[in-house]
Amino acid sequence: MQEHDMSWVRTEMALAQPAPPTERGAYAWVRKNLIGSVGDTVLTVLGIAIVLWILPQVINWAFINAQWTGPDRTVCTTVAQGGIQPDGWTGACWAFVNAKFGQFMFGTYPVEERWRPILVAILFVVLLVPMLIPRVPRKGLNALLLFVALPIVAFFLLVGGVFGLPHVETPRWGGLLVTLSLSFVGIAVSLPMGVVLALGRRSKMPIIKWLCVVFIETVRGIPLITVLFFASVMLPLFLPEGVSFDKYLRALIGVSLFAAAYMAEVIRGGLQAIPKGQYEGADSLGLGYWQKMGLIVLPQALKLVIPGIVNTFIGMFKDTSLVLIISMFDLLGVVKQNFADPNWASPQTPKSGLIFAAFVFWLFCFGMSRYSMYTERRLDTGYKR
Amino acid sequence: MASQEILREEPNRGSFINDPKIRSLFFQTLVVIIVFGSLWWIVNNVIENLQRLHIASGFQFLRSRAGFDISTTPIEYTSDSTYGRALVVGLLNTIIVAVAGIITATIIGFIVGIGRLSQNWLIRKICTVYVEVFRNIPPLLVIFFWYSGVLAVLPAPRESYHLPFGSYLNQRGFYFPRPVWGDGSWLIGVAFLLALAMAWFVAHRASQRQMTTGQQFPVFWTSVALIVGLPLLAFLLGGMPVTFDFPKQSTFNLTGGFQVKPEFLSLYLALSFYTAAFIAEIVRAGIRGVSRGQTEAAGALGLRSGPILRLVVVPQAMRIVIPPLTSQYLNLTKNSSLAIAIGYPDLTATAGTVLNQTGQAVEGVFIMMIAYLVLSLVTSFVMNIVNARMALVER
Repeated sequence: MQEHDMSWVRTEMALAQPAPPTERGAYAWVRKNLIGSVGDTVLTVLGIAIVLWILPQVINWAFINAQWTGPDRTVCTTVAQGGIQPDGWTGACWAFVNAKFGQFMFGTYPVEERWRPILVAILFVVLLVPMLIPRVPRKGLNALLLFVALPIVAFFLLVGGVFGLPHVETPRWGGLLVTLSLSFVGIAVSLPMGVVLALGRRSKMPIIKWLCVVFIETVRGIPLITVLFFASVMLPLFLPEGVSFDKYLRALIGVSLFAAAYMAEVIRGGLQAIPKGQYEGADSLGLGYWQKMGLIVLPQALKLVIPGIVNTFIGMFKDTSLVLIISMFDLLGVVKQNFADPNWASPQTPKSGLIFAAFVFWLFCFGMSRYSMYTERRLDTGYKR
Repeated sequence: MASQEILREEPNRGSFINDPKIRSLFFQTLVVIIVFGSLWWIVNNVIENLQRLHIASGFQFLRSRAGFDISTTPIEYTSDSTYGRALVVGLLNTIIVAVAGIITATIIGFIVGIGRLSQNWLIRKICTVYVEVFRNIPPLLVIFFWYSGVLAVLPAPRESYHLPFGSYLNQRGFYFPRPVWGDGSWLIGVAFLLALAMAWFVAHRASQRQMTTGQQFPVFWTSVALIVGLPLLAFLLGGMPVTFDFPKQSTFNLTGGFQVKPEFLSLYLALSFYTAAFIAEIVRAGIRGVSRGQTEAAGALGLRSGPILRLVVVPQAMRIVIPPLTSQYLNLTKNSSLAIAIGYPDLTATAGTVLNQTGQAVEGVFIMMIAYLVLSLVTSFVMNIVNARMALVER
């Protein structure tokens, strides 16, 4: 008897069907991301309106109508204002930036000596790049050169007065040179100081603990300008008669102290996040306090708070612009100082100069924040919950 | 037993140098000696320097005549007023710009932060660009940009921009109609306070009723109706006592109305836009910190997307948001000291002038520090109360 076998087994795979046309390609992307619902569509239209309103103006101003070269203010002013541009013209005055570029970078550093800051910058980049690339070996030597040897070399190169180099006083420094040197030294000083303050705040010795708490909380409670005022007005009073500090050095002390207090709080967060077992494990191995902290706790804690540390660096880099208040001329200060130049006074000059300065600051800060994100991903050892 | 006898013996600590107690005592004494020694040295130097420079000390100068003018004065002040009053004017100016900035920054920050999580690609990108631009440039630069880049190149008063509601914008600032409170306008204030009290009462009763019976009451719209309606009613009943003083264009300047100076405007706009970028990141982190399961569970209970956001996600996100939000508010208050760069007379600027005139640097810096510390403490205190109300109530 022939039995009908009702079971059926498919032996070959069904061919994959293409996704429905509404779910693939550009149309699906647009549908999902731009016109998902009525509200979404309204938002998209609004967004397009904003972009269409702003973008042409910006492009026109910054590129199409912009003046790139020129001898003086005439290229950036309309006929009515005494220039050569037609009435109603608005555009960036990059010619101003172009003409003042040397000042924006070095301030009034003597022109024939400008190879010195340039040399320091080259050395800095040469040492920094291998430091930032994780695969390059000999990090210890590199760090030693970058944080110990370079500052010494840079000091003699920039200040001069030895090896036949003419002496350049710090009031003549300016522009990006001041911004970068202030923030580099500030970073190099505030990190170790922040570690010491954070350890002090978590110390079991009451007096040390309270001294650190008072310092950190006072500095964090007042604006940097007050700290700079303090550094520029009070420090001279603190010293015996006849001893005086360079103004640059005073600003440096103010900025470093300020950043150290913030750094201490960031690092304290990292110290608190390390499980108690790590401390106890180190104790049970018989390590002393500094060995325990240096070999077990701090490496883990610092790794955890890299984003916070870099944020503090970025904040400090931006804060160096405040030295303008105590009449030192960093990048922003020099740009602002040059608005007063009658040769270049025009309605477009301030905007152009400030946007140039903003771009330079932005480049450095954005670079730092991207690098910190990269490091964070690379060092992510799975501690995160 | 032998082992017990060994345990009972005094543990051999070795040299007393290794005793942690003695070490700790030694180090603390050392630190105290160093710190107080240098403090003593500094104080000595300060006293010597002050005597040499013939600078008085103490706070008597607060009662002497200031002799300088302040451009923006919320309370009455002339150059004949005292230094103390000048400092109070500065402090009030700081508070005004900080409070206005905090409110605006919070609004912009929340909009941009939520925008960064939008389903809409374009909105997301616009908000990202905003945050990345403003987070990475110094606040001082933003202030200068508004001050010398935007507001200074506005037209002269004669060609001011006309804005709605009879307000004007030109390089001397923003002018808007000033309300003039006539006779009987106290009624409006009373009505407003009454409306606030009634709204609070309605909200209280509504939540009680919802707890017992489950019935809901449109609290929000009732409160809006009360708070807008009652003062309006008082305004009409009182015979419209409030008139407006409109700014009028004369040959060289605008007269009348209320003038907001460009210094205040640029500081306020810059602080708001700058801080908003940071608040946006905090809000984004807060909303992303609420686990997706919460949204899904609320959806499974039958809530729609509006109530899910309002009742489930936002209250939990606020718990993550408030502590860092507090520190942003503190930062904004401290950044308001950048006013000195464009000549808005805030606390730092007036204290700086006082300090220069009297030469009493120690007292001046001390007053600045104390004032900012107190402002910080007050802000933290208020935000801690808000935080305590928002915190997770565990059963």
